[in-house]
Amino acid sequence: MSEAVEKIAPSTGSAVAKKEPRILVCDGNEAAAWGVVLSRPDMVAVYPITPQSSLAEYVAQFVADGVLDAELVEAEGEHSVLSVLHGAALAGARTYTASCGQGLAFMFEPYFRTPNLRLPIVMSIVNRDGITPQCVWGGQQDAMTVREVGWVQLFCETVQEVLDTIVMAYRIAEDRSVMLPVNVNHDGNYLSNGIVRIELPDQGEVDDFLGMPDVNWHAALDPDRPMGVDPLTGGATGPGPALFVGYRRGHCEGMQNALRVIVEVHEEWARRFGRRYAPLVEEYRLDDADHALVTIGSMAGAAKDAVDAARDRGERVGLIRIKTLRPFPLDAMVAALDKVRAIGVVDRAVSYGWNSGPVHQETLAALQHCRHRVPCLSLIGGLAGADLTQTHFERAIAETAKLLDAPCPREPVWLNAEDR
Amino acid sequence: MFEVRLHGRGGQGTVLAAGILAKALVAEGKHVVAVPQFGFERRGAPVAAYLRASETPMRAMTNIYAPDCVVCIDSSLPRVVDIFAGLRAGGTLVQASRLAPQDIVVPVSVATVAVCDAVGIAREVFGRPITNTVMLGAFARATGLVSLDALERALEETSFRDGGLAQNRRALALGHARTVVHRVERREAA
Repeated sequence: MSEAVEKIAPSTGSAVAKKEPRILVCDGNEAAAWGVVLSRPDMVAVYPITPQSSLAEYVAQFVADGVLDAELVEAEGEHSVLSVLHGAALAGARTYTASCGQGLAFMFEPYFRTPNLRLPIVMSIVNRDGITPQCVWGGQQDAMTVREVGWVQLFCETVQEVLDTIVMAYRIAEDRSVMLPVNVNHDGNYLSNGIVRIELPDQGEVDDFLGMPDVNWHAALDPDRPMGVDPLTGGATGPGPALFVGYRRGHCEGMQNALRVIVEVHEEWARRFGRRYAPLVEEYRLDDADHALVTIGSMAGAAKDAVDAARDRGERVGLIRIKTLRPFPLDAMVAALDKVRAIGVVDRAVSYGWNSGPVHQETLAALQHCRHRVPCLSLIGGLAGADLTQTHFERAIAETAKLLDAPCPREPVWLNAEDR
Repeated sequence: MFEVRLHGRGGQGTVLAAGILAKALVAEGKHVVAVPQFGFERRGAPVAAYLRASETPMRAMTNIYAPDCVVCIDSSLPRVVDIFAGLRAGGTLVQASRLAPQDIVVPVSVATVAVCDAVGIAREVFGRPITNTVMLGAFARATGLVSLDALERALEETSFRDGGLAQNRRALALGHARTVVHRVERREAA
């Protein structure tokens, strides 16, 4: 493959001809497609949807140019996309797809089933807000809505992290103690179309890191190993409830194992490729902080700038960034939350049932395990492609600081409510 | 840090121009973040792209509200869009126009006006008013922020829907050569 990449890359217009590491100047969707190339899936199935479309187009172009030696299925819709990959994975293929928003909604039936089949499929969600009203822009309502389906969910901050995390996702998904599908989330618009300089890891080194696909040892469509896949279980008769409970408990154990594997895989990535990411929860300037923001996804960059500015003014503020939302990194989150006396959670999605944000609710659940009671404010911003700037986060920090000596409001703060 | 906002119309290659400029600046050792403005993708509709360049790494993936430079690759757009919104004092305008720079009406924030007959050059080179690479040449001439050489190499790494590499090279060179740069003199108020 490395030969093919060397040969083809100049004509695709994507790569700058330089010595190792190869440098690309590209957006998050192209970076994701390069992550797919490096992971060498056997089969890719996609259906385009904004803002994922250019990712699907890059992957299709790479297949057409011979950069990626994979079978590409252009299915008639997202339901078929994931159903095709079920068959492929059960036949032993390493597989990839990407979707978002309404595409993910149309995919839901097989999506709901993928983790229960324990298929290690990797899928990018190029996060998009939900309709209606009409909106084709970024927001994390799609991924947040499906956070209880049983996929591993990782959220990236930078374009480089998108590429690196897609490769790492295969190691996590295919780990024999995990065997679960992984969503690699990157924010629509700001990451999908934001252009920066990134480094492209060497294909041979990625091959050593990933190893061969190990996909269907446990459940297979294979004439040489006939087995009943997805048997009828549960109920009060027949096999009885215990078998079904076994499946559910096994799934939960796989999720808990994923916490350990995600850490190990990120550490190995840092050793081999020199880029270190907090695998579960990142702590930024937190050790002596009075209060902190909790963020997720690409917003963390501007939020860290706001934290630095507040620190320059003498405020003791820090930041917590969630990389792994599912499985929820309870111990890492509790350790971080225990360091501060007030929390403001900035969500790029809405929890309608709680009049707050989904990550706010997750944080409240984690706070139950902290030593002290810590007030926790919900802030919602960045919906439908709205920009979250340093100014928005300076306000978020100020609102959070108020909790140090005043009661915590139950209403969320809508950060873009005045932006026209 | 230097912040640029590019204005154009859908189909003229505004977003692509930001990507080419990003490649050229990275090749010259700069850190770059380029983010397109998100709107409906329609031919002829106003579009914008943001580019931030710095000697040091940047983290914020955000739009730009107070640019140092505005590049407008469409001559009729200033009638429709406030292209000067938020422009910093002492800012630069790089405008596609047949007018002389002195004849372009600009707010007080503008200290430098660079003008290029990009439509004329594009018609000459492509036979169509595709002005993006012409205006990259004009930008290089007006700001000195990026070399023509780096832009040429960035063109080589870009796939074009309209026109080939040779045409775009020529468009870049002509844009650079035929841009007139004017420093605005402001008299103290009486």
